[in-house]
Amino acid sequence: MAKKSNGMRSLVISIALVALAFIGYLSVINNGLTRDIAELRDEVAALTAQMNEQGETPLAEAQGSLNESTDQQSTRDVVLARGTLIAGVNAALPGFGTLDTATGEFTGFDVDYARAIAAALGLEIEFIPLTAGERFTALQTRQIDVLVRNTTWTLTRDSQDVAADFGPTTFYDGQGFIVRVADGIGSLLDMDGATVCVTSGTTTEGNLADVFRQNGLELNTQVFSETEASFGAYEAGACDCYTSDKSQLASLRGSASNPADHVILPDTISKEPLGPLTRHGDNEWSDIVRWVVYATFFAEEHGITQANVRTFASEDPEVRRFLGLEAGLGAKLGLAEDWAIEVIAAVGNYGEIYDRHLGPNGLGIPRPGSLNALWIDGGLIYAPAWR
Amino acid sequence: MTEQQGSSQSIPFWRDVRILRIVAQVLFLAAIGFSIWWLVSNLRTNLAISGLNLEFRFLGETAGFPISEGIAYEPTRSNGYAFWVGIVNTLRIAGIGVVLATLIGTVVGISRLSSNWLVRRLAGLYVETIRNIPLLVQLFFWYFAVILTGLPLVAASLRLPGSIYLSRRGLYMPWPVATDSFPLWSWFLVGGLALGIAAYVIRRLQLRRADRPGLPILWGLGALITFACIGWLVVPGNPLHLDIPVLERFNFVGGLSLSASFLALLIALSTYTGAFIAEIVRAGIQAVSKGQTEAANALGLRKMRVLRLVILPQAMRVIIPPLGSQYLNLIKNSSLAILIGYYDLMNVGTTIFNQTGRAVEMILLIMASYLTMSLLTSGLTNLYNRRMKLVER
Amino acid sequence: MNANTPQTNELAPPTERIPMIRWLHQNLFNSWFNAILTVVATIVIAAIVFGLGHWALTAARWEVIPANLKVLFVGTYPAEQLWRVWTILVLIGLITGFSGGRRSGMMGRIALVVSGGAVLLGLFPFPLGTRLWILGVGAAAGGGIGLGLLAKTRKSPWIRRIEIGVWLASLPVSILLLNGIGDVLPVIEGRTQWGFLLNLLGAIAGIALSLPIGILLALGRRSKLPAVRWVCTAYIEIIRGVPLISLLFMASIMLQLLLPDHIRPDLLVRAMVTIIAFSAAYMAENVRGGLQAIPQGQFEAAYALGLGKVLTTILIILPQALRAVIPAIVGQFIALFKDTTLFGFIAILELLSLSRSVVGNLEWRGTIFELYVFIGILFWTLCYSMSYVGRRIERTLGVGRQ
Repeated sequence: MAKKSNGMRSLVISIALVALAFIGYLSVINNGLTRDIAELRDEVAALTAQMNEQGETPLAEAQGSLNESTDQQSTRDVVLARGTLIAGVNAALPGFGTLDTATGEFTGFDVDYARAIAAALGLEIEFIPLTAGERFTALQTRQIDVLVRNTTWTLTRDSQDVAADFGPTTFYDGQGFIVRVADGIGSLLDMDGATVCVTSGTTTEGNLADVFRQNGLELNTQVFSETEASFGAYEAGACDCYTSDKSQLASLRGSASNPADHVILPDTISKEPLGPLTRHGDNEWSDIVRWVVYATFFAEEHGITQANVRTFASEDPEVRRFLGLEAGLGAKLGLAEDWAIEVIAAVGNYGEIYDRHLGPNGLGIPRPGSLNALWIDGGLIYAPAWR
Repeated sequence: MTEQQGSSQSIPFWRDVRILRIVAQVLFLAAIGFSIWWLVSNLRTNLAISGLNLEFRFLGETAGFPISEGIAYEPTRSNGYAFWVGIVNTLRIAGIGVVLATLIGTVVGISRLSSNWLVRRLAGLYVETIRNIPLLVQLFFWYFAVILTGLPLVAASLRLPGSIYLSRRGLYMPWPVATDSFPLWSWFLVGGLALGIAAYVIRRLQLRRADRPGLPILWGLGALITFACIGWLVVPGNPLHLDIPVLERFNFVGGLSLSASFLALLIALSTYTGAFIAEIVRAGIQAVSKGQTEAANALGLRKMRVLRLVILPQAMRVIIPPLGSQYLNLIKNSSLAILIGYYDLMNVGTTIFNQTGRAVEMILLIMASYLTMSLLTSGLTNLYNRRMKLVER
Repeated sequence: MNANTPQTNELAPPTERIPMIRWLHQNLFNSWFNAILTVVATIVIAAIVFGLGHWALTAARWEVIPANLKVLFVGTYPAEQLWRVWTILVLIGLITGFSGGRRSGMMGRIALVVSGGAVLLGLFPFPLGTRLWILGVGAAAGGGIGLGLLAKTRKSPWIRRIEIGVWLASLPVSILLLNGIGDVLPVIEGRTQWGFLLNLLGAIAGIALSLPIGILLALGRRSKLPAVRWVCTAYIEIIRGVPLISLLFMASIMLQLLLPDHIRPDLLVRAMVTIIAFSAAYMAENVRGGLQAIPQGQFEAAYALGLGKVLTTILIILPQALRAVIPAIVGQFIALFKDTTLFGFIAILELLSLSRSVVGNLEWRGTIFELYVFIGILFWTLCYSMSYVGRRIERTLGVGRQ
């Protein structure tokens, strides 16, 4: 029909015109692109030569210039300009991050560490509650500045796939199982053929499959996207067992309708070091986050608490440097000299943060003798040298 | 158009329809093209900054996570195979859900027009209640309120006749399992199928030539079943062995197991879609003019026969198009499985994304799978529509 | 009736008063099959009613609902700023009343229900502030009806324009008021935790904004330009072929990857955009059905009158098409309203997911069923009312086969 062929003809002509225009545009900007890449290469080569002369590693500066040319500001500058720190946290994990729906307040172990980082920079703080599935993308797309959401330090996450950098471990956890006392399960090896409830989005599923396969046990699983649904299904009897990090098991057991009916098995099937995350290629910011965490460790090592930090007096030069009484360290991180005082004044030292949320008043996870004790007491909480 | 007169005067180009058409399309395509290009370049920049890139190699990597429902799967299989398991699960629930929903919908739809006042009101109440409550609320109700609370624990399962066990973990029933002599018997099945098709065709031609009503399908099925039975007797041993579920320490082993999530999702989907299908069926039946019913009654046909032979075939034309879109809705609503732990394609896809961090690729895969299923369903519906149209004329 | 028919006082046929037994026999037991059905149905109804009733009256803890009303309905919206929500409700009541008074008919009935319902609700034992506000809404609706009745007598065209203008402005003004602008009104944080307010906002914004986009898409799909037609068809078919939950998943995880750094919409905005894009595709299909029902003669007459393509569409075609699809639009609104419950999947705390957080409190453990029943009844009431309105409109317009 004449109409149809007219239409098709006009379509073909328009597509051809648009394609031509597009190719023309691409060729124009392509020259620009190749120019930039050539410039970059020269710049990096020059810097490398310079650094090699001076015997320093060229990585940091090259990284810096690369950052500049890809238009990536240091998060520290962005955050200071904004005036607010945006931290990604959990809103549904008692002890680590919860949202009180009545008051709109966030509380928890991880939440306190986010507050500590904000205090170091003297900023306001805004919390973004994230699910396990969206936490990494939120960090990658710069929706949040730092992720403090009970995230396990793994190789995959530290490397290409997630492109994140981990701060020091604030809580050493492990994956465990909670079962009903009435079922008479003594350990992992009794669970051949059992049904296990899991919450998706974490390392839990993979560890579970690995350990069952390793021991030649048969596994059935029920996977939910939310912890509350998952644990609810376990409580209702749809599963024989629920698996997660032991800290979460402790909090869930506490909130069960009858805590005495449930027992956490002694088996720990994985290492789950939890800590804050920052983005790859953001060294200045990662350093700040790292040393804020170490500040809390250091404070506990030396008996500095939230109550006494502002009036703490000491002759120990290391402590004096910590408090900013002796010069210079704050500026190296790009912070005010009394940043450590602000951190401890805001949230207290590691022990206080722990006791507030995970101690006898909180989840009740015993600290003495665990990996979360100070190194002096046989644990792994250890601050590097403060100089 | 005044082409004859106009050939002497040329139309200025800003009023020439042909030019305008091209200009309009160029502008439109340019706008769309530019937007897409801008989005894609943002995507590439953002991925490059994070050090990620678009690739599908991760589909070959080991999955590492368990899937407890569906076709045979081990955590050592690849991500791609895990996704395929998810797709099969979605097809499973979609298939059974569609059948159940149609049954429920037809029954309820016809009940809405029943002469029994109570049945009519009940059907109306059912449709109005189910249609106005969100599917998610109903799903949670069925899963958490009914199954997880109403049914007994595994150890105290309800035992239905025939070794069928119902409990909070799901439904377990005996299921035939192939034994060693099954391959031999399957040849008899193939032969029976061929015979059955031949019988069907022959019977249909017979009936058509004699212009008599009948069901040629019965002949086909009869031939198939007879041949299969002969094969069963001939083959040494039993080709199929009935696997009975037996309660071991934690769970039932053997037989067919339908998990609680599957049951809850199935019930919620079929009741929800069934309510909509009931309305469609009712509208279809009411669209057939009353004269047909009256004439059929005058001919002495009983109510069921009137419905089956006169009303429903004519109502089909009105029913099928919206029915197809309801089936589509059911397939799409099955994605809610992720919230109650059924391993459908959305759930498995999200798990793969969580384990590998590949957001863009997985989203593309998930949407492509649903699109394929939707296009197939609407294609089938359109085909059926076209066939019905031809038959009418 | 022609003029030759004599005028008679026609009486309506007498209604037969059937005694109960005969009615039962006619309607419930008129055949052995029906008799069995009636018996079975009665048993089933009795079982369900008694079972539910027993639970509802004895084991259920209904206190969870009154104790959490504020949380369920507005989530973590700060209590001292709730006057904004109430103001919006009062304004909507006012404009509803005005339109109802002016137009009577369906709109009038809605206005009466709103004012009457508000007054009734005000009698419930809510805290005093809430009751005053509810009564305020009722009074505003009543006052609006009065104003509308007054305005009905005037014939100024400005009244109608003002009315339409206020309705159109109500959505952006409400959103601005809720959210706050800059320094004038403090901006409220935590927008993804507003409970039922989010369901309402999502549904209303979704329908309001997806209607124009849907109309454009439908017109585009019928366009003679193949490029426009193909692109619109592709968009509609792709969006209609994927579930909403996968689009929401894409919005929460992937959308930011498609946008540059300086454009950073927050989660609620992304979810709204997704639901608008989703609804626009369905709306386009509905409108297309309406467009297809318009006879070719309308187009031809309009062209004969000298109206160009655009004017024809705006003045002749669209009014007819839209009037024909108002029931479908109401249906789409109901579906959209129900779909807003899916927001919980991307961690937006709307009513359903917020209720699960409420149950997480130690005080309210195990009350999830009471909450589900409450949510079910709430949704049912609203959706049923809307579908009732849609059916009435359908009947008034005579849409569909006779």
